[in-house]
Amino acid sequence: MRRFERPVPTLWWLKRRAYFLFILRELTAVFIAVYLILFLILLYQLSLGRQAYETYLGFLATPGMIVFHVVALVAALYHTVTWFGLLPNIIVVRFGEYRVPSKLIAGANYVPWIAVSALIVLILTRG
Amino acid sequence: MSKATIVLEVLRYRPEQEQEPTFQIYESEYREDWVVLDAINHIKDHIDGTLSYRWSCRMGVCGSCGMMINGEPKLSCATFLRDYYPDPIRVEPLANFPIERDLVIVMDDFMEKLTSVKPWILREHEKPISEGEYRQTPAELARYKQFSMCINCMLCYSACPVYALDPQFTGPAAIALAHRYNLDSRDQGRSWREQVLSTEEGIWACTYVGTCTVVCPVDVDPAGAIQQAKLSTTTDWFRDVLMPWKGR
Repeated sequence: MRRFERPVPTLWWLKRRAYFLFILRELTAVFIAVYLILFLILLYQLSLGRQAYETYLGFLATPGMIVFHVVALVAALYHTVTWFGLLPNIIVVRFGEYRVPSKLIAGANYVPWIAVSALIVLILTRG
Repeated sequence: MSKATIVLEVLRYRPEQEQEPTFQIYESEYREDWVVLDAINHIKDHIDGTLSYRWSCRMGVCGSCGMMINGEPKLSCATFLRDYYPDPIRVEPLANFPIERDLVIVMDDFMEKLTSVKPWILREHEKPISEGEYRQTPAELARYKQFSMCINCMLCYSACPVYALDPQFTGPAAIALAHRYNLDSRDQGRSWREQVLSTEEGIWACTYVGTCTVVCPVDVDPAGAIQQAKLSTTTDWFRDVLMPWKGR
């Protein structure tokens, strides 16, 4: 008997809020990738000497670049927070029948994240 | 006083008489304690006997009556009319599967995928019956119990955009059940199943959208099972590479 196959609409990711949030989450990777490329260029300019490095810093201080970095920061935070939220479903720690609660697993990721971030801020502000 | 009614817009497909599915409007009797399946049964019995759909237990156990209800994959036996009343309800066959007739989908693909992961206890050597049963502690049971609750209703496949875009994907329920047996202390088929699971069409096709878990009517968490399978496959791989002398 003839069966009917329903095509997947191009805009399938707009059909559910969860799909849209998923696509948004995937897109954050683009901003993080561009940020890392800019960062690699920064290291390269540093290797070329002070003049090149300071010219590049000037470029990074332009309004467009500042806006990009703010957006990239928001994207990175969104990616991180949602990922930490998903981790308890992936990392299952059991002691016999007892399963370590989700909040503890998620929380265990926030602690080193905040600690490392604080350390970086400390190093930067001291210099 | 006339009886209360509710409108159901039901997708119909009769392959012998039409090229494409079309919506048919039915006005069913409405009762506060009725679920969508009750209304569809009412239509079948009193309004239009030609309407085709699958159902069996009427109590969320058999997994036969999954349908798209206002675009959401749901068990029609567990979806109350009162949550939509007085608005009309749109009922369609489960998404991501071909339609055979009306609300009946072709489920061959799912059945093949399910059997491909051998969701039963695999033993390298069966012990003789005289040695008794394979015993399990409550802690060993707790490791896999959640994943063993799957009723094969296929709602997770309907919610999965990866399966929609890549029908080769093994899919949520089959992987969750494979994981269930991999976690079972009585089972010895893990390395065999990994040949099916740890492929581009298996666990690695999943991008963790997570909607399979959201729609699961029995809280199996297939998305979690797939990510856990990724983690255990990866640790198995590292162990095989770093400690090849340690067999599994």
